[in-house]
Amino acid sequence: MGLFSKLKESLTKTRQGFVEKIESLVTGRKAIDQELYDELEEILIQADVGADTALDLVEDLRKLVKERKVGDPEQLKPLLQELIAGIMGEETYAVNWGGPPTVILVVGVNGVGKTTTIGKLAHYFKENGQKVLLAAGDTFRAAAIDQLEIWANRTGVDIIKHHEGSDPAAVAFDALQAARARKIDVLIIDTAGRLHTKSNLMDELKKVGRVMSREVPGAPHEVLLVLDSTTGQNAISQAKLFGEATGVTGIVLTKLDGTAKGGVVIGIRKELDIPVKFIGIGEGIDDLRSYDAGDYVKALFN
Amino acid sequence: MVFSGLAEKLQETFRKLKGKGRLTGEDVDEALKEVRRALLDADVNFKVVKDFQQRVKERAVGSDVLTSLTPGQQVVKIVHDELAGLMGGVQSKINLAPKPPTVVMMVGLQGGGKTTTSAKLANMLRKSGRRPLLVAADIYRPAAIKQLQVLGSQLDVPVFSMGDRNSPVDIARAALENAVTNNRDLVIIDTAGRLHVDDELMSELEAVKAAVKPHEILLVVDAMTGQVAVNVAETFNQRLGLDGVVLTKLDGDTRGGAALSIKAVTGCPIKFAGVGEKLDAIEPFHPDRMADRILGMGDVMTLIEKAQSNFDSEQMEKLNKKIRAADFTLEDFMQQIQEVKKLGPLQQIIGMIPGLGSAKKLKELGEIDDKELVYVEAIVKSMTPWERRHSHEISGSRKKRIARGSGTSVQEVNRLLKQFEQTKKMMKQFTDMEKNIKKGGKMGMNPLLGLGKKDLF
Repeated sequence: MGLFSKLKESLTKTRQGFVEKIESLVTGRKAIDQELYDELEEILIQADVGADTALDLVEDLRKLVKERKVGDPEQLKPLLQELIAGIMGEETYAVNWGGPPTVILVVGVNGVGKTTTIGKLAHYFKENGQKVLLAAGDTFRAAAIDQLEIWANRTGVDIIKHHEGSDPAAVAFDALQAARARKIDVLIIDTAGRLHTKSNLMDELKKVGRVMSREVPGAPHEVLLVLDSTTGQNAISQAKLFGEATGVTGIVLTKLDGTAKGGVVIGIRKELDIPVKFIGIGEGIDDLRSYDAGDYVKALFN
Repeated sequence: MVFSGLAEKLQETFRKLKGKGRLTGEDVDEALKEVRRALLDADVNFKVVKDFQQRVKERAVGSDVLTSLTPGQQVVKIVHDELAGLMGGVQSKINLAPKPPTVVMMVGLQGGGKTTTSAKLANMLRKSGRRPLLVAADIYRPAAIKQLQVLGSQLDVPVFSMGDRNSPVDIARAALENAVTNNRDLVIIDTAGRLHVDDELMSELEAVKAAVKPHEILLVVDAMTGQVAVNVAETFNQRLGLDGVVLTKLDGDTRGGAALSIKAVTGCPIKFAGVGEKLDAIEPFHPDRMADRILGMGDVMTLIEKAQSNFDSEQMEKLNKKIRAADFTLEDFMQQIQEVKKLGPLQQIIGMIPGLGSAKKLKELGEIDDKELVYVEAIVKSMTPWERRHSHEISGSRKKRIARGSGTSVQEVNRLLKQFEQTKKMMKQFTDMEKNIKKGGKMGMNPLLGLGKKDLF
């Protein structure tokens, strides 16, 4: 199965909710009227796009309809697709390579799937022929280190770990030393889940970042914020505050294989200009895709 | 929080309506637009918002504006009452079995916090005299069993597990027998989470339910969940029949509209709220406070309660007198800082104050950092008692000494002294304001509450 069709398949649920609603909305209508716009706005809001962004999208759509003198409701879908693609960008966002080693710091609130994502990322880079090392930087949650270790075994990559309760910055330091000694290409550092509003925990993250940039200039080259697709408008606050603390360079959108739409990433892209780099579309080890905005939007609509 | 409070917006909407005696349909429609946005921003489900708007409209149109309220306040009051009503009364109790052991089954999506919440519940119920047994029935997520075991040993609560090779049904059954033989009267089963669209998992949970007949099935939901919260709660309720909901991660800045959606579609009471990472960070759910939070009105009640349980009332009384007498010194300032520190991280406290919830306003106040308090303490502690009482008479050489003693700089000492003077000024304004309010005879009973409510409009 090609990459695209697998992605499409995984997004079927999303599409069923979203696209089919739009389709059932536009088919059989004779004219584009206010009611139609209102219903379109509702559908966007139900996809967690957010009230403001939904309103903006509908307003832009209205303008576009006027400009191009569109009269057929069936034409609305491609127009909306065009608008969303315009916000999300058509291109793929590659990993910021650096180093070696390329250092990737993975952050996010509790329970979004950071550790699982790291397991999948390790597999993804390894398949690309790169030498990967993991660092068990979640020294807070009970058994988080064990969980990452299981993933390391599954993917057959090395892991650097301390014990529960130790300083995550020290783990990062040791991992960087090891990465250099072992000529590692990609070092992925796990961190404990934390709510973005806790300043002391955000300071801890900053410290991990400082230790890394001291050891490897330019590190971390990539700071990935893991976002749960089921999250609503709070994701914007997460992206903002994690961004301020760690300079987030990309988003991994997880759990997208459900009915959850993750529409909030449109708002995040618009407000904070943080691109989505990967999406998690299943529970298997290879259910991580490098994100292509064009494909994503197309998969949503076709 | 990115969005400012509903109350602030309504204030703008209603500025032009001042003095109106009765609410017309048009007035209400205007206000409801803002209500709708506030609810959607809080992630309340779209359909729930629609129904809600309708209900508020019916109640609000034609209602008399109470003499003590402005039209804006009147609508907020109706919205608030309806919200609190919708979310139900306080029902933070677990259904106990007539014949022990009581079986509680924890269900939910991945990452909602089931394992942590299981441990928190065990801890809480043990405090009220139960003898809990935790059961590790999540055989899928790597190290989930280990996680529960670690939490159990931290709490000194036994954890029953059979590894990840046995089916959850067998584990649950064996756990029940184990509880009976070991005289445990409460069994909490931690189940696996997945996406609710996963029919396989739902069937498995149904099988566990059939095998152990739990007295209480609790759905654990992340308070940050978006529109999909409705489908999640609906599916779990249809397949398993829920008895209650635990809302987790409420200690962040989410408005938690999911709470309203879930209550609206399932009718299940929200019983508990998870408010932190520590194992005692679980509390009964307060519908009216949640209503305030969803509307972005701050959480004054929690703040007051926290203050009351933490402040030494005698000291507060003394402090109050001093403030009134404008006899407030750096020594008192210090003491006050100590008291405030007891309440928790500053950011969290400020988030509870109405009108200060928005990020923008926080920025206006400058960076608020708990570490700053450490410096403040160091500086004040490096002063002599005389200096603390005569802060405006501290000379340059004294400042130098204080800076050396506290490991700071003269600039920092100066900044602190300036801030202290401003605080004193502010306090004087507050006491004057309070006097005025008392004269008006309106909100005399609780100065803090009075100020909070007054600032809303």
